[in-house]
Amino acid sequence: RHRNKNSKCNLYMASVTHKNAKRIEGLDKNVWITFTSVAADPTIVNLGQGYPDIPPPSYVKEGLVQAVMVDRLNQYTRGFGHPTLVKALSQVYGKVCGRQIDPFKEILVTVGGYGSLFCSIQGLIEEGDEVIIIEPFFDCYVPMVKMAGAKPVFIPLRLSDRKTDISSADWFLDQDELASKFNSKTKAIIINTPNNPIGKVFTRNELQAIADLCIKHDTLCLSDEVYEWLTYKGHDHVKIATLPGMWDRTITVGSAGKTFSVTGWKLGWSIGPEHLVKHLQTVMQNSLYACPTPLQEAVAQGLLRDYELMGQPDCYFSSLAEELQGKRDRIATILKQAGMNPVIPEGGYFMIADVTALNQHLSHVEDDEPYDYKFIKWMTKEKKLAAIPVTAFCGEESIKHFEKYIRFCFIKQDSTLDAAEAILKNWNKA
Amino acid sequence: MLRRPVRNWASIWKRPVRLINCQKKTGMARQLHARRLEGVDKNIWVEFTQLTADYKAVNVGQGFPDFSPPSFIQEAFCSAITGGASMHQYTRGFGHPALVKILAKFFGRIVGRDIDPMEDFQITVGAYQALFCTFQALIDEGDEVIIVEPFFDCYQPMVKMAGGTPLLLVCQKSTGPALSSADWVLSPEELASNLNPRTKAIVINTPNNPLGKVYQRDELQMIADFCIKHDIICISDEVYEWLTYDGAQHIKIASLPGMWERTVTIGSAGKSFSATGWKVGWAMGPGNIIKHLKTIHQNSVYHCATAAQREYDTFGTEDSYFKQLPAQLHKKRLRLAECLRSVGLEPVMPQGGYFMITDISSLQVDLNDPSTKDEPYDFRIVKWLIKEKGLATIPVSGFYSPEHRGNVQNYIRFCFVKEDSTLKAAEDIIRQWSVKK
Repeated sequence: RHRNKNSKCNLYMASVTHKNAKRIEGLDKNVWITFTSVAADPTIVNLGQGYPDIPPPSYVKEGLVQAVMVDRLNQYTRGFGHPTLVKALSQVYGKVCGRQIDPFKEILVTVGGYGSLFCSIQGLIEEGDEVIIIEPFFDCYVPMVKMAGAKPVFIPLRLSDRKTDISSADWFLDQDELASKFNSKTKAIIINTPNNPIGKVFTRNELQAIADLCIKHDTLCLSDEVYEWLTYKGHDHVKIATLPGMWDRTITVGSAGKTFSVTGWKLGWSIGPEHLVKHLQTVMQNSLYACPTPLQEAVAQGLLRDYELMGQPDCYFSSLAEELQGKRDRIATILKQAGMNPVIPEGGYFMIADVTALNQHLSHVEDDEPYDYKFIKWMTKEKKLAAIPVTAFCGEESIKHFEKYIRFCFIKQDSTLDAAEAILKNWNKA
Repeated sequence: MLRRPVRNWASIWKRPVRLINCQKKTGMARQLHARRLEGVDKNIWVEFTQLTADYKAVNVGQGFPDFSPPSFIQEAFCSAITGGASMHQYTRGFGHPALVKILAKFFGRIVGRDIDPMEDFQITVGAYQALFCTFQALIDEGDEVIIVEPFFDCYQPMVKMAGGTPLLLVCQKSTGPALSSADWVLSPEELASNLNPRTKAIVINTPNNPLGKVYQRDELQMIADFCIKHDIICISDEVYEWLTYDGAQHIKIASLPGMWERTVTIGSAGKSFSATGWKVGWAMGPGNIIKHLKTIHQNSVYHCATAAQREYDTFGTEDSYFKQLPAQLHKKRLRLAECLRSVGLEPVMPQGGYFMITDISSLQVDLNDPSTKDEPYDFRIVKWLIKEKGLATIPVSGFYSPEHRGNVQNYIRFCFVKEDSTLKAAEDIIRQWSVKK
């Protein structure tokens, strides 16, 4: 430790000698911090960060009010998940997966999908491991894998030759390339379906190919399925854990925030076999101990209500997707009118768009950043419209593949979309 | 310096560690769990809450109130829920602006300095997670962390999970009958003699769980001098800060000269507002240290701000919940102590907090449960009490390292932050059973 002997404050300044732990070296930057402050200006139309500005269903809010009024629901509950909630999850996912899921041993309730990923990675990944991550990826996967001391190994989704009316289905994994990424050190592969940001919904065949490799190389699969209910007509969400040989090696991540449009509740879950989930539970008992009780009770009530309605139009799981399909199509149209080339997503609530055709010169924007970062900063300032740069979701090597893309979030109320439309219609008049 | 050996808790908890066997069942050949989980897989709360629930015991064990939180708290939550769409979506990752602003104002007044709401706070999922972030952010492989025993059990596994080495120093009971938590003291000589170049931090908890000790100014000054002299970080768990009795004053070590710069102070909304299920806490400290906790963390909180605001406005007045609650608990504390004495037990009067420990040496119990045969005496008594008498408490040796628990196997911990009916039910069990004897 070095002491600055000449400093008058060496008695009082702990900062010089108290460096952070090595595990967080280089992990302090975060795309959300950069861009939420950029878009904090209320005059800017914010299609950036992925949260709804539409209200959650009223029965979900009411459920929370009711829970808060019950005294004991304001106190600690079971650490690995409030009994009412884990039982409800067991019912819903038991039905979806077609298997019996033990609510106490095969489910862990976590602080959002984010917390679920954290417990999984801390519980199962360590120094010396390699983890395959598909680009573009939700940005937290990489710092979490690094914080666990492991090495991220990237494989990009590649665009087929198609030139017009591109959809997320036109982005695919090259099979030979994928196989080449697996080796004896590969502890896990992280998949995200529906994918953020592209919106790709992996088909059964694509998942089978991944499953085959996991089984061949004895690898775990961490499947981030937070947008599982948001698939559009003609596309079905398939759970890789239901493929033969996969239940025993898969942790599936879910999110109340994304399911019920309450991202601020930060409640999620990990579902998988006991021999994996128990390690996530160990992380949980040493990090948070338990999630908030009233929120868990309210989510449980919401799930039970929608479980009864599954398959019917009233079920929020399907009615939300229906509502969003209209918004998706609308945003795609107005982006095209402005001269951008959107990639129509099969699922999720994001759409990426290629801005190459706009030919926007940005050499005057001085930062040494990828094109999409510069484009976003320019667009936010000049057009008062915020989005997120897609290279925030990829590794260094793939920047050139993704830097002409920006990501829009369309789970927004009509007035927000109207405002975006007005800006995009007038794009070329300046 | 060699690490202290990691004691295998499996021999104490009687639950075999089946990590290897499961691999065969799954068909996965490789080791599944990360090594950071080794030695930290057992947890006293997971075990005892399950047992308490299974036997439907009168619960004076785990530390949560079974009476209502103050109504203004529940109202605050409800008004947040109905307060507009943005209330249900992500807020600022490091803490909801309304909350950090009120906390900065509030604690700034107490600590006597300007605290920056954006730089000097990290809001967390309970104080538990604030501790986790602190250790993960600051402790590296091989760093030593001094933990004062008895300690809230999570400190040790959290230090281990961060790759650190816990260095356990016992708060010694002074000779003679120890009838108050003030009779447990940390010796400056022992503190000084346990320093080495890898000592990175010290964890203190005041008011203390389980003893109820409220560190006096001179005791904190002794620790502060030690920290400053050896350039050590102080992690101060002050979740029970509002609960002091008989005129004992809670003092924040961060307010001592030279300490703000090197202290992370941990607080809890759950304990402050008797709403432990909300799981809202914070780490407060200088920005250059807190920034590392931020890197570890992402969270969202919105419903505490209104309640905290209300408390700020009434702070110091008779209306303040922070005055009413300790007054209420003061009586419960006296009542429980009296009941325990009436059956020949020796409670240790806590100066603060939720808990009271009691010497149970005078109990003569025929413990013939083979499943607890190899466990410390207090663990066996507690389990016997749950199963045979329907009364749930917590064994105090759970708050000590294996090396030091020999001397405290005759203590069990009661939580008195309970409704009068719960305390009465507990008293009835205790009295009835002693009469039978």
